[in-house]
Amino acid sequence: MNTMNRRVAITGIGVRAPGGGSTKEFWELISSGATATRTISLFDPTGFRSQIAGECDFDPVAEGFSQQEIRRMDRVAQLAVAATREAVADAGLEVGEIDPHRTGVSVGSAIGSTMSLEEEYQVLSNGGSKWLVDHEYAVPHLFSYMVPTSISGEVAWVVGAEGPVALVSTGCTSGIESVSHAAQLIREGSADVMLTGGSDASISPICVACFDAIKATTPRNDDPATASRPFDRTRNGFVLAEGCAMLVLEEFGHAVRRGAHIYAEIGGWGVRANAYHMTGLRPQGHEMAQAIDVALRMSGRAPEQVDYVNAHGSGTKQNDKHETDAFKRSLGDHAYRTPVSSIKSMIGHSLGAIGSIEIAACALAIESALIPPTANLHEPDPELDLDYVPLEARPADLRTVLTVGSGFGGFQSAMVLTKGDPDDHDARRA
Amino acid sequence: MTTTLAERDAGTRPEAGRAVITGIGVIAPNGFTTDEYWDAVLHGRSGLGRVTRFDPAQYPVKLAGEVADYDVHAYVPGRLVPQTDQTTRLALIAMDAAVGDAGLDLAAMPSDQIGIVTGNSVGGLEYSQRELEKLWSAGSNHVSAYLSFAWFYAVNTGQLSIRHGLHGPGGVLTGHTGGLDSVAHARRYVADGLPVAVSGAIDSSLCPLGWVIELTTGRMSTVTDPARAYLPFDHAASGYLSGEGGAILITEDAGHARRRGARPYGEIAGYGATFDPRPGSDREPGLRRAIELALWDAGVPPAEVDVVFADAAGVADLDRAEAAAITAVFGPRAVPVTAPKTTTGRLHSGGPALDAATALLSMRHGVIPPMINVTDPVASDRLDLVLAGPRETRVGAALVLARGDGLNSAMVLTAP
Repeated sequence: MNTMNRRVAITGIGVRAPGGGSTKEFWELISSGATATRTISLFDPTGFRSQIAGECDFDPVAEGFSQQEIRRMDRVAQLAVAATREAVADAGLEVGEIDPHRTGVSVGSAIGSTMSLEEEYQVLSNGGSKWLVDHEYAVPHLFSYMVPTSISGEVAWVVGAEGPVALVSTGCTSGIESVSHAAQLIREGSADVMLTGGSDASISPICVACFDAIKATTPRNDDPATASRPFDRTRNGFVLAEGCAMLVLEEFGHAVRRGAHIYAEIGGWGVRANAYHMTGLRPQGHEMAQAIDVALRMSGRAPEQVDYVNAHGSGTKQNDKHETDAFKRSLGDHAYRTPVSSIKSMIGHSLGAIGSIEIAACALAIESALIPPTANLHEPDPELDLDYVPLEARPADLRTVLTVGSGFGGFQSAMVLTKGDPDDHDARRA
Repeated sequence: MTTTLAERDAGTRPEAGRAVITGIGVIAPNGFTTDEYWDAVLHGRSGLGRVTRFDPAQYPVKLAGEVADYDVHAYVPGRLVPQTDQTTRLALIAMDAAVGDAGLDLAAMPSDQIGIVTGNSVGGLEYSQRELEKLWSAGSNHVSAYLSFAWFYAVNTGQLSIRHGLHGPGGVLTGHTGGLDSVAHARRYVADGLPVAVSGAIDSSLCPLGWVIELTTGRMSTVTDPARAYLPFDHAASGYLSGEGGAILITEDAGHARRRGARPYGEIAGYGATFDPRPGSDREPGLRRAIELALWDAGVPPAEVDVVFADAAGVADLDRAEAAAITAVFGPRAVPVTAPKTTTGRLHSGGPALDAATALLSMRHGVIPPMINVTDPVASDRLDLVLAGPRETRVGAALVLARGDGLNSAMVLTAP
């Protein structure tokens, strides 16, 4: 480990999200304000409290996976590998020009291969009837399903990465924390190129039951397309989703030297534990504000320079108030002048993936000079008094963008993306 | 770090941002406390035996390293008992021990100046199996409200940070090298200016579902004699045994530790992490490079390393690969190699954290604990294995190795 302060560029993006089977489709959806939440089709949700999800129309065969790969990889890994392939192609990285020893992987996932674990559990336990589950029926890849580094390993194999490979799992902030980890490794000199992002395949009975049990997800089953309502007075819980975004990060000079397109720069990041509650949020958003402060300081940006905030915006009563308070605490009066939006209104909350999907959205927003809106925001909540960019995307020159997340386990994360000018003298000022 | 040896010898190496370990909390199959464990490994006392947590009769592997029964209410607040798996209960106990050992009054410190990062490979699996059973036998409205956070890999970092009021940065690194990777990450927190960061890992998968999952690796030993089942680097190697537990380590800024008069066990001097080429590739596995990166990072030449704590897979081809990596760096029989995990089994991400703790205890006490039961080492490995009793020697620098399905991590710890 050394103490270098190298800059980090985003040069490739791959997305598999509800309503978007590619980065392009994803951006078209969220910049149009359309929603992709629907009644669960991946299993029969009858009897569950919340029966809505953001599902990916993901076909592993059409994505080019072999039958052997489909058996080996849980859907969470398939999503990650497909998104990685897109990101690597988008970055224009040829496998032959990558130095394997200087290339690493950091993937975030909150719940790993839960989908396969649950399916196999049903078989091994004969539908939940045996405590002493039957090993004779176990499939050979069960162990890879339990230990989630198998997902980052699959990603490493896409390009033959032999540098540091990690799977970061901090609940619903995993998608920010994994990218922060990757950026840290480039910053300190442990790698030059990182494949990083987040993936979760959460639409399974046990996962839906988990959130049912704590009434965190919305029961608005009669209106799935408008069920995710961040910052709206009528919001009543989040919409569970699945998805993945993978990014190619490069040391800035590495990207410049090979003439890569730079979407944005990762300017800074911060994380705080709230030490309060495994699922609850402390009032006033103190820890999230601290995470934001740390991220801004690292990026060499003042609060007044923030042009857009991509909110966690899950659509629970508690969260949306919590982070509105946090934005005011860290940005001061500037919070009232800063557009804030939640793309979870359109694609739901994909746990450990969404942080990375939102980082991708921020990079694309900078690139397109367009702020994606908060869909379904028809009735403002009088308690929430910031500019939440309702319903329609808004053109804006974006030079500094903030994205945040909160997760079970009491994690609050923030990341600052900047435009990525080669002669940015504020970058790495901290 | 990148300091030269000359600078280090001359005492000119800057103290700021250097990370030392000042507290250890061990929970292992052969010791519920650090002292009990250390006494057990020095005397070669094994914690391996027939599984009691569930009836293993129908399974091909029947031995494991179980943490002895304990009165959970004596150690874990009553409110937390119904919402925690064994893995989290053990982590809570180990953290209390580590904080006590470090002599830290966490409540008296600015809470946003204490970070925490843990390794995890399993989550709360026994808890989850019970809830899966309720879901599939009784229906979704029988699933516990606690499951959403009792299962996932972040559970220990979350519960420990809440229990001890830690408001600094928090992280979780998964996989079987997570016990070392978390310690290396805590060192980053310290380098960035935090005075204290909690690190390490505790794992447990000892429930029928975890057992069946692990059986599918095909690498567990089916030998029924606890003294003959897990024999790394031995001709009779037949696989490994699984266990539960690990260690929580208090990582601290060297200057902070000195100013409060704490006695460090050692310094986290270097770390390297690599990933193996895809299976079937003719490229060299990554372990040698991880060792070299860690030594380079530490500024410690191979000749200064006094002991290697091996990953010790207990599987022939993995043992040969590890021996090749060690001898490629150090030369044949040039450094003592040990594996006290022969007394505990492999503890998922908890194992490498426990190995780091054991290395630090070796430094403190000037003795290398042995690996047990190995009587017929593979001569072509050309390793100086520490067999037949502990070896008393000054331990100034120790190398700890960890592998897991392609991941390789190496850490150099140096005596204070």
